[in-house]
Amino acid sequence: MVEGDPDVKPIVGLEIHVELHTATKMFCRCPNRFGDPPNSNVCPVCLGMPGVLPVMNRKALELGIKVGLALNCSAGGFSKWDRKGYYYPDLPKNYQISQYDLPICRDGWIEVPLDDGAVKKVRIRRAHLEEDAGKNIHDHADHTGVDLNRAGVPLLEIVSEPDINSSHEAGAYARAMQRLVRWLGASQANMQMGHIRFEPNINLHIASAGKTYKTPIVEVKNLNSFKALEAAVAFEIGRQTEEWRADPEGFSLEKLSKQNRGWDDVRMATVFQREKEEAHDYRYFPEPDLAPVEVGETWLESIRSQVGELPLQRRERYIKEYGLAFKDADALTQDGPTGDLLDGAVKAGADPKRSVNLLLGRGAAIANERGCQIAEIGLAVEQLAELAKMLADQEINATAAAKVFDLMIAGRQNPRQIAMKQGLLAVTDAGQIEKWVDQAIADNPSAVQDVRQGGKKQKKAFGFLMGQVMQKSRGAAAARQVQDLLEKKLGGGQQ
Amino acid sequence: MPQKIDNELVRHIAKLGRIELADEQVGTFGRQLSAILDYVGKLQELNTDGIEPMAHAVELRNVLADDSPGESLKPDQALANAPQRDGDFFAVPKVIDDSQ
Repeated sequence: MVEGDPDVKPIVGLEIHVELHTATKMFCRCPNRFGDPPNSNVCPVCLGMPGVLPVMNRKALELGIKVGLALNCSAGGFSKWDRKGYYYPDLPKNYQISQYDLPICRDGWIEVPLDDGAVKKVRIRRAHLEEDAGKNIHDHADHTGVDLNRAGVPLLEIVSEPDINSSHEAGAYARAMQRLVRWLGASQANMQMGHIRFEPNINLHIASAGKTYKTPIVEVKNLNSFKALEAAVAFEIGRQTEEWRADPEGFSLEKLSKQNRGWDDVRMATVFQREKEEAHDYRYFPEPDLAPVEVGETWLESIRSQVGELPLQRRERYIKEYGLAFKDADALTQDGPTGDLLDGAVKAGADPKRSVNLLLGRGAAIANERGCQIAEIGLAVEQLAELAKMLADQEINATAAAKVFDLMIAGRQNPRQIAMKQGLLAVTDAGQIEKWVDQAIADNPSAVQDVRQGGKKQKKAFGFLMGQVMQKSRGAAAARQVQDLLEKKLGGGQQ
Repeated sequence: MPQKIDNELVRHIAKLGRIELADEQVGTFGRQLSAILDYVGKLQELNTDGIEPMAHAVELRNVLADDSPGESLKPDQALANAPQRDGDFFAVPKVIDDSQ
């Protein structure tokens, strides 16, 4: 038993399985689609019938390479397929087609933003293509139901080096990877649909009394959420520390090597999994049914040209070029198309901040209601640019702009036409505005007095009078003009 | 050197392949598998120094298909050969839930 506080360094590597966003499966042309009736997207190839010939999906190959390039990997070149022995009913061939010694991507890295603003670099060992298994349904006592719609769906398995040193870093890495694959259009990376799954490998390096101890490596299988991933890593760090304290010589990597554990979502604990005997004896051998692929320089360059600006680069640019706050820049770079809208509007001459306010105001609210990205609400670049310009020129106020925003995404109409038709254009007629202002002053002598006297109540009273004018104009008065005129009439410059 | 297939290895291979072997079959298969390995082992006599390993027996590369959906089977066709079904699911002997 070890007392006191030894120096414990968690060593974590992560395997992430990402379902690629293709129309069809990896080796047959059955649809790759979630939620269809069981066994409706299957054919002799993905059912594992004898005598069939799998043919590789070009799009899946290119998406895998695209992710690898964005992860700074060496990608392409010569690559081949291997069979991995896998005797479970959810993959009926009894082997999984995967890549063993020649993966399509190797030796890369990703920069992971951490909560404290620091950036952690995590090396990528490899990323290879393989096929997903079907789904076992365990809701019967006496048998298991098997749906093979998912069998053969393209997966990219991304394997990191053990560069991650805490549960927070594991979560941050996983989130950065989700954002990246979405950004690239490589995967929808939807957790609920199981598009992205995590398997952390965790052990501890413990420095105690001048000696370094290494605990056995634990692989936690099939985690389906960021929360489960972070909780499983945190739990293992605690559990392994305790086990090591109890028996520092026996609980060691040398003696116990590697173990698999499962995750119990209810107890929030990893649980011992009876070692499937010889489970690691996968008996890989080259897949004779599939020709190797060779991705030459020209092809590779054409894929590279599709990678473009990555999320962290764009976020940095928004902060520098558009002067956005980190929070806003971050919100706009969760996916590619939303930022594309902003960039398009700015290019068309709109003010960045006004465009951002529209996107993160009504845009984000509507996207939130619909459970989609801002770019998916039906907003066109021209509409955004025009409305932002109208705001800048005070042709419309913020309240009216919100109304126009809602109307224009529904009908794809020009915001100016909508504003005119709905009577939402700001009233800039000086005579009309003066009438409203005079009326508000006449109706509210005590507020007027508060403003004129100055002091604590001044600001609030001025705001009240502004509100009265806006109300009289039914929100249509050009706010800047109202403010200027009010200030002038009440003695000028108090505000 | 050709590998000698002993009884333990035969049982291990059978287990990986989910094949049930009677005790008296173990010796038979061990002898047969050893004979096959000895025969193939002849290849070891070739000098392969400086020769690139082959990834595939044919020289084809990049046999790829476009990502456009084709016809799938109807669930009834897919399940036609299933020894047991449960609605439109294949029904198989109870599997321990890996995710638990």
